[in-house]
Parts: sequence; C-alpha cells; structure tokens
Amino acid sequence: MNIIITKEDLKKINFFLDKVVSSSLAHSVLLIDRSGQLITQYGNTLDIDILSLSALTAANFGATAEIAKILGEEEFTLLFHKGKSENVYFTAIGEHVIMVTLFDDKTSLGLIRLRINQIAEDLSRTLASIFEEKREVTVSGLQRPS
Amino acid sequence: MPFINFSKDEIQCKIVYYGAGFCGKTTNLQYIFAQMGEDTKGKMVSIDTRGDRTLFFDFLSLNLGKIRGFDVRVQLYTVPGQVHYDATRKLVLKGVDGVVFVADSLKVQRKKNIESLINLAKNLAEKGISIRTVPLVIQYNKRDLDGTDSEILPVEILEKDLNSMLKVPSYSASALKGAGVFETLREISKLVVKDVSRKIMLVDQQLK
Repeated sequence: MNIIITKEDLKKINFFLDKVVSSSLAHSVLLIDRSGQLITQYGNTLDIDILSLSALTAANFGATAEIAKILGEEEFTLLFHKGKSENVYFTAIGEHVIMVTLFDDKTSLGLIRLRINQIAEDLSRTLASIFEEKREVTVSGLQRPS
Repeated sequence: MPFINFSKDEIQCKIVYYGAGFCGKTTNLQYIFAQMGEDTKGKMVSIDTRGDRTLFFDFLSLNLGKIRGFDVRVQLYTVPGQVHYDATRKLVLKGVDGVVFVADSLKVQRKKNIESLINLAKNLAEKGISIRTVPLVIQYNKRDLDGTDSEILPVEILEKDLNSMLKVPSYSASALKGAGVFETLREISKLVVKDVSRKIMLVDQQLK
C-alpha cells in the first residue's frame, strides 16, 4: 500500500486534529503510520525530534502488540506514558494509523481520552476513505528497476 | 511503502539494512551519520544492549534533495541480526521500500550470511513483497580484513553464494573505515527513488 496525501486530504484530517488540540489543551497531535512514517502534525510540537518520535512510536506499538498476543489479545489499542511534566498518549486509529498526543500537566488524561474518543471513529473513517478509495496502486507484477 | 505528501511536496521512503549478527549494519549507519552534514541528517537513534548488539533497531533520517519537485527523505533502519530476534526484524521490515543486505566477508560467517538472506526472503514474502522485485543492494563488508589473520572469502565466492540468483548491484565495503558505504547508500537510494517515481507516475495515471 502506498500512502498519498493531498492538500484536501490534509484539510480533512486537520479538522479532527484541531478539534482535539483546541478542546483538550494538548500541545500537539501527530498522526503516523504503522511503519513509522509521519503523516501530519498539528499544534505546537516545540523543539522535539518528530521523525525519531514517529519511528519509535511505531516500534513501541509493534512491540506491545506482540505482548498483547502473548496475553491472548489481538493488540492494545491505547498506550500511555507519564513523565514528570510531559506525557504522551498513543491511540490506534483504524488499521494503519497511530495518533500520538503530547500534553503536559495543564490538562488531564481523562479529558484527552474523552476528546480523542469523540473524534476517533470519524477520523478513522476519513482515513480509510483516503487510503482505500482512490489511491491503492497495484504494483504487483512490476519488475525490479534496472 | 513510500509516503507521498502532496501538500508538502515530500516523499518519505524506508530503507532497511539487513544481515546476520555483527555483520556491520549499525556501523554502516554510524559512518553515514558521522559523514553527513547537519542540514541533511536527523538524530541517530539506537536501541541496543550493553554489548553493542542492536536490540530493536537503529534509525537515521536523511534528506536526499529534490526529485521532480519533491523533497526526498529516506529513513534508514537496521534490524537486529541474531536469529532469535526474528519477530523484531519483521516489525522493522513493515512498509520497507528498499533493502541493503550486508554480508560479512569472514569465512566463518559464510553459512550465517546465507541463512540471513533466506530469512530476509521469507520475511519479505510474509509481507507480500518478493525479494526479486524489491529494490535491493548487497554489500560485502569487512573487506579491510583482507591480508590480516582473519580469513575472509573472495568476493567471487560471496557473489556465488548470495547473488547468483538475484543479480542485484553489489559493493565491496569496509563500514568501519567507510569504503563502499556511500556507494551502497547511493545505489539503494537511486533504486528506491526510481521505484517510487514509477509509483507516482502510476498514481498520476490512475487519478486522471
């Protein structure tokens, strides 16, 4: 599968991310795909290394999915890491995407979870339509480029 | 799986360095990281154990400049080489666009190279990718040991062992000293970008 995002797609996605950021007081929200590629970021991401964060998040999700399997679960759909002042909340959005929400002690985990739950299903549907409807490029049968 | 962002005119691709334990995958990335300019590279992230063995992966993001108006960013990953970390290797291979297979030239590692290449083919196949079509470059590492006490295999033998069927571009290298490292990176980047450009053209056609 190739992920291709146009300006219109990004507008649709950012509509949901804006809702989360503005209603929950989170710093920022990132959307990344399961292979570790950053799809988009919204809000104030300060001065952090977003690309490494994306790669590590995908790995983190993959690793905990294996833990889930050992316990007889398919996967854990949310993860939460708490620091002294910075926290991060990971949510699976559909099959291919992980939403990463960064927030500090100005807000609470409960509010973050509530706001994300309110948009998760709609965002998941939007992403599914972006990925599946038009952009599935069939590359099987192609030869190695010489 | 390239990620093409039309709103930022950016293409992101994933290249994975694969190979048996201690063959020099991480050393390749470390050399690249040390040589690249600050403006083109991100941080290098390594998740390893104390004994210098990669536990999960190494990660390095590079900006390769523009192609057809798109900024091309490649993300280099390594996998852990040891046999028992197969689950981790599968995770890292997710969404791969190109592979560098690093072969250890040491004679004692001959069997491990072959096993690792077979393992790569198997893990790619599980993701619906054929080792015969994925952009792939083979690197014969540790050539600097030639003439020392450590016995290494001639390149012809390594070619016969690993590349007689695949017939992909291959390079002699010393990841430690840097010889062949950028040649390998340049070739795999070229193959991946070519592959991605072809996909973009296909998308263009399908969207029209």
